[in-house]
Amino acid sequence: MEDLKRKLLEILGEMHPDVDFESCSALVDQKVLDSFDIVTLISEINDEFDVVISADKIIPENFNSVDALCRMIFRIMEENE
Amino acid sequence: MFFTSYEFIGFIAALFLLYYRIPKKYQWMLLLAASYVFYFMAGADALIYILVTTVTTFFTACKIEENETRQKIYLKEKKEELTREEKKEYKDGQKKIRFRWLIFCILLNIGILAVVKYANFAISNVNDILDAVGKKQQISYVTLILPMGISFYTFQAVGYLIDVYRGTCAAEKKLLRFALFVSFFPQLIQGPISRFGNLSKTLYKEHFFEGKTVAYGLQRMLWGYFKKMVIADRILAGVNTIICDTSTYNGAYIFVGMIFYTIELYADFTGGIDITIGIAETMGIQMEENFIRPYFSKSLKEYWQRWHISMSSWFRDYIFYPVSVCKPMLNLLKFSKKQLGDRVGKRLPVYVSSFLVWLATGIWHGASWNFIVWGLANWIILMISEELEPWYEKFHKRFSVKGKMSFRLFQIGRTFLLICILNLFDCYTSLADTFGMIRSMFTAQNWQILWDGSLLSLGLMALDYGILTVSVTSLIAVSLFQRSGSVRDQIAAKSYPIRFCAWYGLFLLVLLLGVYGIGYDASQFIYNRF
Repeated sequence: MEDLKRKLLEILGEMHPDVDFESCSALVDQKVLDSFDIVTLISEINDEFDVVISADKIIPENFNSVDALCRMIFRIMEENE
Repeated sequence: MFFTSYEFIGFIAALFLLYYRIPKKYQWMLLLAASYVFYFMAGADALIYILVTTVTTFFTACKIEENETRQKIYLKEKKEELTREEKKEYKDGQKKIRFRWLIFCILLNIGILAVVKYANFAISNVNDILDAVGKKQQISYVTLILPMGISFYTFQAVGYLIDVYRGTCAAEKKLLRFALFVSFFPQLIQGPISRFGNLSKTLYKEHFFEGKTVAYGLQRMLWGYFKKMVIADRILAGVNTIICDTSTYNGAYIFVGMIFYTIELYADFTGGIDITIGIAETMGIQMEENFIRPYFSKSLKEYWQRWHISMSSWFRDYIFYPVSVCKPMLNLLKFSKKQLGDRVGKRLPVYVSSFLVWLATGIWHGASWNFIVWGLANWIILMISEELEPWYEKFHKRFSVKGKMSFRLFQIGRTFLLICILNLFDCYTSLADTFGMIRSMFTAQNWQILWDGSLLSLGLMALDYGILTVSVTSLIAVSLFQRSGSVRDQIAAKSYPIRFCAWYGLFLLVLLLGVYGIGYDASQFIYNRF
């Protein structure tokens, strides 16, 4: 979980270097991440962890914080196992 | 029957009186009956189209949900017997069945929309090609009625179906209740494109008469009528004069015309949505907001997050996301990263998806090339802005302008002018005219028309300019007040004389300054065409 979180923070940090992703819990609601960012993030996650995030998973609750993202990725990994 | 017709006012008044007098459990049925009467009056022939969309979407959604439930029961029963692989195989098989139902229904409904709205556009293009290659044979045009609001209710129905397929909303079990969701009359004219999960929360509820809710709804309607009848319908004369005569009105006139049209479009569309939301509110029904002060946007990207939100979020959720994260697109990403390098490669799929979205947005707006080019022009500007983002950041840091009021005003002004230019694609049906007029604006030699009195020959008198100046200033002032919360709440907190002056004053303004004339027939809403 910690590795996953660290990697996600790294990816997000490259996208928006000036945002403190560790403390922000409303990334979508506060429009820190827009639709372009979300799609770029999904492709990076697919590339890095070989996890496919389908369109029905793209809801604010799954993308509002790094922890929410981690939980979603874990759920998908479990479903695939 | 337009929102601004006397018949409509009578229709709404009668409906309102009945709505709060009948038993509460029949309220939604009354709304359904009223919606079908409204639709019938717009053209009896069009009823079949909305009925087909309603029935096919309803049964497909039920079928999809039924399959999902059956799958859950089966897997629960066979929990111990099936291996993990067998369960996965079964789930994949069922998902394929649901997907086929989904695609069949989407193709049917989008197909209907495509035929009635785009058949003649397609025929015209085929004829042009035949002509270009020297064939004398031409395909005859077809005579089809364009049902009112078909783009809106089709998108609304398709959105509902996808939500049921994704499991983000439960399928409606009663056909008549679903029929109301598709045909709810205030939104048939020009949207918004409601989501079932949002609208259904209040659409079917029993509503008791509450003075505050009804008053707020009426106030919202009144504000909408002010925008539509005092501003949009008044400035329309100037817009029509300029765009209908390209040989006389070019150069600086186009600059004036595009600003007039951008004001008209805002007053017309947001006014119509205010009336829609206001009507629903008087009956206790909450609809989603479609605009958040769009002309205060600092970039085109921000503008599209604040203008016609129900449409842009529809394209985002049901086209942009699924296309961007589908397997072929992820494969394209891997390929493009390898071939073009990390930075460019990872953006390519996003750009391809957004190209498709903007192409679809252009086509949705109308069956003609000017709308398609308008969509693609938006896409090009957005992509260029996206690529220039790191440079903007450097510029902002270098000159420390970020957050400064003067720079924000510059950004707002720049974005507004950009929107005005893009709107010219909507004004002229011929692309040659549009590009010609844009060119003439940049090479204009006739800027003296701005002060030599020529503007008084556009069908607008000095009094009209005075009324428009005051009205548009009020629009801007209200938008500024909205930043600190609901203006209706702010007025409601004032003393009685102030409240009285505000609302009765607005009512009198609509009565006295609204554009009526002999044999009054207010112009159609612009977005009614779409």
